[in-house]
Amino acid sequence: MTEMKAPAVSTEHLEFKKPSQIKEVWRRLRKDKLAMTGLVIILIIFFLAIAAPLFADYRSVIKLNTKLRLRPPSLEHLFGTDSFGRDVLARCLYGARMSLSIGFMSAVLATIAGSLIGALTGYVGGRLDNLIMRVMDVVSAIPSTLLALAVVAAMGAGVTNLVLAMAFTSVPGFVRVVRSAVLGIADQEYIEACRAGGTSTWRILRRHILPNAIGPIVVQSTMDVSNMIRNIATLSFLGLGINPPTPEWGTLIAEAKEFLRTSSYMTLFPAGMLCITAFAISVLGDGLRDALDPRLKS
Amino acid sequence: MYRYIIKRLIAMIPIIIGVSFIIFTILYFIPGDPATNILGPGATEEAINQLNEDLGYNDPFIVRYVTYIKNALKGDLGRSYSNKLPVLGEIAKRIPVSARLAVGSIFISLLIGIPIGVLSAVKQYSLYDKIPTGIALFVASMPAFVIGMLLMLALGLKLGWLPVSGVKAGWVSYILPCVSLGLPYGSRQLRFTRSSMLETIRQDYVRTAKAKGASKRKVIWGHAMRNALMPVITVAGTSFGALLGGAIATESLFGLPGLGVYISDGIKFKDVPAVMGGIISFAIMFSLVILVVDITYAFVDPRIKARYVGRR
Repeated sequence: MTEMKAPAVSTEHLEFKKPSQIKEVWRRLRKDKLAMTGLVIILIIFFLAIAAPLFADYRSVIKLNTKLRLRPPSLEHLFGTDSFGRDVLARCLYGARMSLSIGFMSAVLATIAGSLIGALTGYVGGRLDNLIMRVMDVVSAIPSTLLALAVVAAMGAGVTNLVLAMAFTSVPGFVRVVRSAVLGIADQEYIEACRAGGTSTWRILRRHILPNAIGPIVVQSTMDVSNMIRNIATLSFLGLGINPPTPEWGTLIAEAKEFLRTSSYMTLFPAGMLCITAFAISVLGDGLRDALDPRLKS
Repeated sequence: MYRYIIKRLIAMIPIIIGVSFIIFTILYFIPGDPATNILGPGATEEAINQLNEDLGYNDPFIVRYVTYIKNALKGDLGRSYSNKLPVLGEIAKRIPVSARLAVGSIFISLLIGIPIGVLSAVKQYSLYDKIPTGIALFVASMPAFVIGMLLMLALGLKLGWLPVSGVKAGWVSYILPCVSLGLPYGSRQLRFTRSSMLETIRQDYVRTAKAKGASKRKVIWGHAMRNALMPVITVAGTSFGALLGGAIATESLFGLPGLGVYISDGIKFKDVPAVMGGIISFAIMFSLVILVVDITYAFVDPRIKARYVGRR
């Protein structure tokens, strides 16, 4: 769903008028019905995830209750109960907390690391650029799920390690996007003016280059959240991510696998939430891309 | 042309060495030593120490890496900790399964992506455009294993049309895994073909072709197609990596004895040689696909070809 065209940065709009620029982007985004639907869905799922303790106690999500095994959806248990008698709706909501927070945390980490490396390598250029880009070539020659698997194998599963592993795998993507944006900015006159005025490299990067490259960065990180949520679910599904009984969407689906024939609702609800969330985020990402740079819209 | 292919093949070597180095470095940190794994819990400490020494486990990191690469070049990837069989033989047995899955799902994804993508670009804003792109947008954001479970539920368990587990039924057992892996990638290709085609049909030469009276079919397939396909080929190549990642979950869901399952089982049992060998073969497979893509690209794009024909 990510179209791999590296978006060019609209330097002429972004300069000096930051607040009005945000307003302008928001105005354009609001017109995009699909992206707004995505945003609303994301907000609803966020709200549900944050409010999960209001609907169910965390202990009831973990504790076994054999009397209530495998009840199909009813008014009392809207999503039914699982093979251990736990309410699937409650587990889905707590799962949302896990999936979303891992997705966001790793996307944020990857954004920070990737933007810094990408901006530095794009701006400084020369031998450093060559070296870093070759390393990135190598890292991206390893499929990201495999790389994450290797990192998890070495460090063991667990939330922190997963976040680090996932972030690590998406750094090369960020470096590429940010680098190509920075290459377009670095030879602008105002950067030359800064350099002539004796501004330090770090300050030029922080104050002039990164703010102007913010468009592609935002789009890339939005898309990344959606990818991360999917990848983490894949890892958990393989039994290498979040371990049961902790609820996470992929773990829920993995647990439901055995009961697919008899109690398909156990799979369908978490799978539905996973797909809808990933869909909503990528739709919002698409919308943001168009809103940030209307020239790209066909 | 050969010059180009040879140049690309040579460029692949440092990538593969780099990949093996990164994977080796990451897996270096897996807790536990080989001798304890090989000898089992009953072994004496001396025996463990002796075997570790013999296996070179106590050597410095770089020495171990160089030894691994030397042995790998001789065709020895070590023995699996769990079943004591040589890793290379196991991988060779499993590669056909994974390759069939990969080729099948790429085939399905191109079969879906390109024709429907072209159709929706040509009939932009009509229902032929809106319905497929809408579905593709949603399917592209679904993980392959979820699609697999849905197909398994509907076509395998409820209707009983297709086998859902193992490879005993021959090629029929690959249908569901290939479709469930091919659908999300096909959707991605559909969206990409569409936007690339839309860009192409607005080009001047397409207008010229129309103006000189060529039939619509000739304009699309004869003039626009080749140019529109180039970015699509690139995406087909780069998304192959994601496909391999999705393949691991798909293999485990459908019980296919492929490389992906070998790796994920290896990780569960801390079987370092198995994981190492498996991941490196996947990475080599990926680099080969990228290579094939680049060469295809050169065949489709005469500008790249020309660069290598003139010079000898």
